[in-house]
Amino acid sequence: MLRLAASFVPSRAVAEEVVQDTWLAVLRGLAGFEGRSSLKTWLFAICVNQARKTGTREHRSIPVADPEPVVDPSRFDASGGWSAPPEHWIEVAQGRMEAGKLADRIRVWIDELPARQREVVLLRDVEGMSGEEVCAVLALSDANQRVLLHRGRSRLRQLFEDEFREVR
Amino acid sequence: MRLLRGRDLVCQQAVELVTDYLEGALPRSARRRFEAHLAGCPHCTEYLAQMRETISLTGRLAPEDLTPQMRDEFTDLYRRWQSEQQ
Repeated sequence: MLRLAASFVPSRAVAEEVVQDTWLAVLRGLAGFEGRSSLKTWLFAICVNQARKTGTREHRSIPVADPEPVVDPSRFDASGGWSAPPEHWIEVAQGRMEAGKLADRIRVWIDELPARQREVVLLRDVEGMSGEEVCAVLALSDANQRVLLHRGRSRLRQLFEDEFREVR
Repeated sequence: MRLLRGRDLVCQQAVELVTDYLEGALPRSARRRFEAHLAGCPHCTEYLAQMRETISLTGRLAPEDLTPQMRDEFTDLYRRWQSEQQ
């Protein structure tokens, strides 16, 4: 929850305040909780609202219908086929993960994603929430949630490829 | 996502469909064309495998969850509230 809050506000201290405020809001809001959502979803939704009230990190417009491609167009030929196909990195990355040398790197990459992509990737892929839950927490439509997820995951895939291409 | 109807997908289109495919959000015809493309395209097959691996590696980060103490406090609070409702 601290990490979620931190993605909205400029410092860890502010994020900690947000988390505390979230607990206060939880206490005040218990009567409004009618079992409509799981505890975690509900708690995270309150946290996001609290952080957005406090947050100054990024005031966000809604670039969700962004048509920008997720793979550099220069990697395709004129007919749309790969001219620079994906380079293999899965085994190397798995080895690094086993060795405990990759997790911190992935966290940095996630931190550097645009805010909305970061929120969706954190909740979906790190926290393991369902798409439905993420839509509820972040007040997103299903389609927008998928666009943000697609852009965030695609960016991370590219970073894995870049990372392990350099290593070889 | 705009697709050229009735034509084979090209790689540049296929990579944009990966998440919708994994989410089960592609209409049946698009799904069929996506799978048909993969069957003949080792690069896009690799790309899909890399997206799955990206999800899997990201999923291995420890989620920053409630601490056990917070969870207990919260569960107590919730139970108390629940019993008050009855």
